[in-house]
Amino acid sequence: MNRIEAAFHKQTQRAALIPFLNTGDPSLDASLELFRSVLQAGADIVEIGVPYSDPLADGPVIQASAARSLKSGFQFPQVFELAQALRAETDKGLVAFTYINPLLQYTPERFFSDAKTAGIDGVIVPDLPYEESEPVLQIADRHGISLIPLVAPTSGEQRVTDICGSARGFVYCVSSLGVTGERVRMSERVQELVQTVRSHTSLPVAVGFGVSTPEQAQHLAEFADGVIVGSAFIRRIEGVLQQNLDFPVQTLRTAVRDFTEKLLQGMT
Amino acid sequence: MQGTPTYPDSVGRFGPFGGRYVPETLMSALHQLENDYERLSHDTAFQEELKYYLQNYSGRPTPLYFAEQFSKELGGPKIYLKREDLNHTGAHKINNAIGQALLAVHTGKRRVIAETGAGQHGVATATVAARFGLACTVFMGEEDMRRQALNVFRMRMLGADVVSATTGSRTLKDATNEAIRHWVEHVEDTYYIIGSVVGPHPYPRMVRDFQRVIGDETKTQILAVEGRLPDKILACVGGGSNAMGIFYPFIPNKEVALVGVEAAGEGIDTPHHAASINRGRPGVLHGALTYLLQDEFGQVQPAHSISAGLDYPGVGPEHAWLHQTGRARYVPISDEEALSAFYLLSKSEGIIPALESAHALAQAVKEAQAMNREDILVICLSGRGDKDVEEIARQSRGAGHESH
Repeated sequence: MNRIEAAFHKQTQRAALIPFLNTGDPSLDASLELFRSVLQAGADIVEIGVPYSDPLADGPVIQASAARSLKSGFQFPQVFELAQALRAETDKGLVAFTYINPLLQYTPERFFSDAKTAGIDGVIVPDLPYEESEPVLQIADRHGISLIPLVAPTSGEQRVTDICGSARGFVYCVSSLGVTGERVRMSERVQELVQTVRSHTSLPVAVGFGVSTPEQAQHLAEFADGVIVGSAFIRRIEGVLQQNLDFPVQTLRTAVRDFTEKLLQGMT
Repeated sequence: MQGTPTYPDSVGRFGPFGGRYVPETLMSALHQLENDYERLSHDTAFQEELKYYLQNYSGRPTPLYFAEQFSKELGGPKIYLKREDLNHTGAHKINNAIGQALLAVHTGKRRVIAETGAGQHGVATATVAARFGLACTVFMGEEDMRRQALNVFRMRMLGADVVSATTGSRTLKDATNEAIRHWVEHVEDTYYIIGSVVGPHPYPRMVRDFQRVIGDETKTQILAVEGRLPDKILACVGGGSNAMGIFYPFIPNKEVALVGVEAAGEGIDTPHHAASINRGRPGVLHGALTYLLQDEFGQVQPAHSISAGLDYPGVGPEHAWLHQTGRARYVPISDEEALSAFYLLSKSEGIIPALESAHALAQAVKEAQAMNREDILVICLSGRGDKDVEEIARQSRGAGHESH
């Protein structure tokens, strides 16, 4: 069993919590501290965001986070640096989240090879649909890294079948139409989608996009194996940064740790 | 449609270029669009309706005008201008907007969105939306809204909502990002009218098909007046829809040289240009693999051009393919060269060209000397320059520019 599946299986009491944070926001060192904090507070898997200039699948909060990171001098290979540092301290799941273009420019061969060395377990590419995924999947498989696919409420049963057929690690269900970002209400369609996915795969099923409160996480945890939370974390980071503190890292750590704990309380 | 190549292939590839790199949420809609388009492109009633609006609403066919004075000024070949500027709304963009609006109507969509750079595609979309009773939202970069304020006003007069894109370089690339993000959220009731031969499959093919009327007419017209095909065709390339439209029917006619003109901005050896083919390398932007201005690690670099319509770091995937196969040649023209050609055409022919089209005219200035008097050169005059007059006046004042 790989570390991703182990992270889901270890949790028999509750669904897995999967926070998303961007590498390099607000700086590489600070982001490493934040990943540490959410893992120490009980997160089961982390999604390590790779900042990109044109994040098409992301709403304003994650866009702004990526922009901060790029402005602070983020360079693509730092993702491996960060993952390697985390891997030295944890056996929890590490999943990189990157758009296709930076991955292609780095070349898939080099990317998955470096990811493997850094201890990354899986990769999510939000703009690599099933139809385009085959060449990347082959290389990911060869390096033993899970290419985690997304399914959406608009996918339809045939696509869900096809996507699940080559899914690795877990299946990422997009909770609602639209980009990432917090939403007041969760679509009721998501439960139906999770059920459809379950009928086509035995892999764990996680839900993301739009999860903003412990109550929503709790609701999703009732029928999903994992809950992914991104923008709500980053909004807390943004809130601290706006206070213009001299040494914000400690305050940032506290903010993400507290929110991780709150989410986990709701999910048990 | 005989005698033309059958690209893209069934998965939307022009050689290695193109494809569909978009969020999963959009994939079903793209497949549906592909099927709808396939059906309607063979539907006689749909094609008749399209033809009707192109003729009676937009004013097609547009003239192929022998620019005698401009030819004399350049002292080389006979220069013909394909007058897309004489279309309703003042540019070739309406050809595609009519086609896609009819697609929206025939597939039951009541709402359309569009991205726009110079505002010409936004105006064309707002126009057809008004005509067909569709709600319309246009995304436009904040910087472009400033540069092309007249078009913003026109779109609003036509009843469209204009939403500013305030991220990144606040130009066409960012407007397209916003349009795609909006579409992901409203994909079930909204049709996205992409304005150029860019984006995920089937858009590059569809937009080309709706724009090929430019090339089809040019072929008939030049044969009627000259009895032979031209030696060379020049067209500006941002995303590249006017160029693809005029090039496409001539691709099998190897004796016709096809030249796409990219915006070199302040020069292709400075960081301020939009020459994706000349200075970019293959990468993914807005759902397609194509030439892209990007840094070592694939972060998209901001483009620059005096012309908002060419200010784009990517290019249509079919152009990438024509470049790679060598069937078309892509050359850079700077802001300054374009501006000078803008004045030259205005003063010699009494035709004020769009700054985008002025890039193609500037390339003619460069190439004319090396051509013979009997040679025939066709330039796609993709749009008229009214929208640019204010910005040029502002810049001339700022630079103490004489009206030269």
